[in-house]
Amino acid sequence: MNDAYFTREERVVFALRDLYRRYGYQPYRMSKFEEYELYVRNKEFMVGDRVIAFNDTNGKMLALKPDVTLSIIKGGEDRPGEKQKVYYDENVYRVSKSTHRFKEIRQAGLECIGDVDLYDVFETVSLAAESLSSIGGEYLLTVSHLGLLTDALSRVSRDPGFLAEASACIAGKNAHDLRAVCDRFGVSDGDYASLCRLLTANFAPADLPAFLSTLPKSAAADETARLAALLAASPYADAIRFDFSLTGDVNYYNGFIFKGFLRGIASDVLSGGQYDGMMEKLGRRSRAVGFALYLDLLEALDETEPGFDVDVLLLYNEGNDPAAVAKRANEIRQAGKTCTAQHAIPEKLRYRELVDLRKEGTKC
Amino acid sequence: MLNIALPKGRLGETVYDLFERAGFDCPSIREKSRKLIFENEATGVRFFWVKPSDVPIYVERGAADLGVAGKDIILEYAPDVYELLDLKLGKCRMAVAAKKDFRDENKKTLRVATKFPNIATSYYERIGRDIDVIKLNGSIELAPILGLSDVIVDIVETGTTLRENDLEVKAEILPISARLIANKSSFRFADREIGIIAEKMKELVNEND
Repeated sequence: MNDAYFTREERVVFALRDLYRRYGYQPYRMSKFEEYELYVRNKEFMVGDRVIAFNDTNGKMLALKPDVTLSIIKGGEDRPGEKQKVYYDENVYRVSKSTHRFKEIRQAGLECIGDVDLYDVFETVSLAAESLSSIGGEYLLTVSHLGLLTDALSRVSRDPGFLAEASACIAGKNAHDLRAVCDRFGVSDGDYASLCRLLTANFAPADLPAFLSTLPKSAAADETARLAALLAASPYADAIRFDFSLTGDVNYYNGFIFKGFLRGIASDVLSGGQYDGMMEKLGRRSRAVGFALYLDLLEALDETEPGFDVDVLLLYNEGNDPAAVAKRANEIRQAGKTCTAQHAIPEKLRYRELVDLRKEGTKC
Repeated sequence: MLNIALPKGRLGETVYDLFERAGFDCPSIREKSRKLIFENEATGVRFFWVKPSDVPIYVERGAADLGVAGKDIILEYAPDVYELLDLKLGKCRMAVAAKKDFRDENKKTLRVATKFPNIATSYYERIGRDIDVIKLNGSIELAPILGLSDVIVDIVETGTTLRENDLEVKAEILPISARLIANKSSFRFADREIGIIAEKMKELVNEND
């Protein structure tokens, strides 16, 4: 089939399905409707806190799914020593940040749940990079370890007010307001400087060890060094940056987190990380890592509309023999051109060539 | 080519001077014309003037890679952007003001007129005061004079308008100044160019400080 018939989103979905299957991920298909209760109980883990809810014919409250990961967690079970690896492409329904109205959002992604280890994190980060690569164009995947930031902040102060304000400054790469926050909480110049180093960090995997060697030893720094070594040797090394200003909802994520960017799209198109804490809060013992790719954002990459809707506009009227019209239209299509037969020129149709059978033998 | 959104008005002109001194000039911007966009291929920058409150929108949506917006606008709209530098220009303060004889006795819901409902709400939430926000788009000082509100939350520069209308500052919420902001995706793909601009502007800001 002609590749041009597929939208970019469709082509990407096919490529991703193929990619994830090659890594042994199984398709996960969720039902359109889920129990409303699931989302009400776990609002804190959702991107937005509103869902489209309705009563089923039996009176049960259902919701149009606003999230995929929650369903996957709910549907799985803990099997020590095993890993559940699934991928999906699903529509979810959330309130748009710009219009404040519900919007259908198509997202693809994968989840690895079970005895997750460093290899699984590496595989997931690699798949995130390859997913971005499959879209085409220039991409970058930024990676961080939440432990590095929380360790650094808690070494400076354990005041919840400081932690919240300083985290927000670091996430916004806002060194000047961080200075003011540090001054207000009596943080030393040396500690401010060490937080600034995290705020400005932006390293390729191969360059990271030198930076990490300047930080106090910690489990997070050790894990980060090991992941960086694996990524430095991967085919995606040039498109990966360690950036410790990257933060995530600590209710949801712990450990490594990552965000993907495509040149030409104003916001991140991929978001993921480890979410062991969320699993624990949902009563699961397994660890987990995964990501989602927001396919609806890819629209911004679409090329300008082609110049023509159809190659040939074939005009005929009641005076023409239908068999002759069909014969001529078939000849055009057999020549590899697209053709529409009409009585008059449609106002908005853009055509490359006009064949007018109304005046026998006339071509324009 | 980096797209830079500048706020229309006196602040924007001062900010452009700073870009020019940092080596990112665009002479056509000083010519009298009806042009909306000004480009200098040699320095790799393209400037455009927008309404000050629209700057964060242009930057967040990626129409501009960089922009300059007041901290008041950034706090009010909370755009998902990086805030790279305090330019220390356009300094003023966000404050609560009321008629000189007004005393908040905390006996009823406080009526607050403002152009900045989010900043006002978050300030009063922090101090635990119940309020009714009245969103206005201009002439905020009129509200307490005509009894529309008890207090106003607004930007105060010199305080002259307040004094002339028998109003006074009752509490300061935060200092305001112009900030250099960057689109998060642009910052990834043009980190070198953006880094050079931010660094040169930081040197000039520190010189002036």
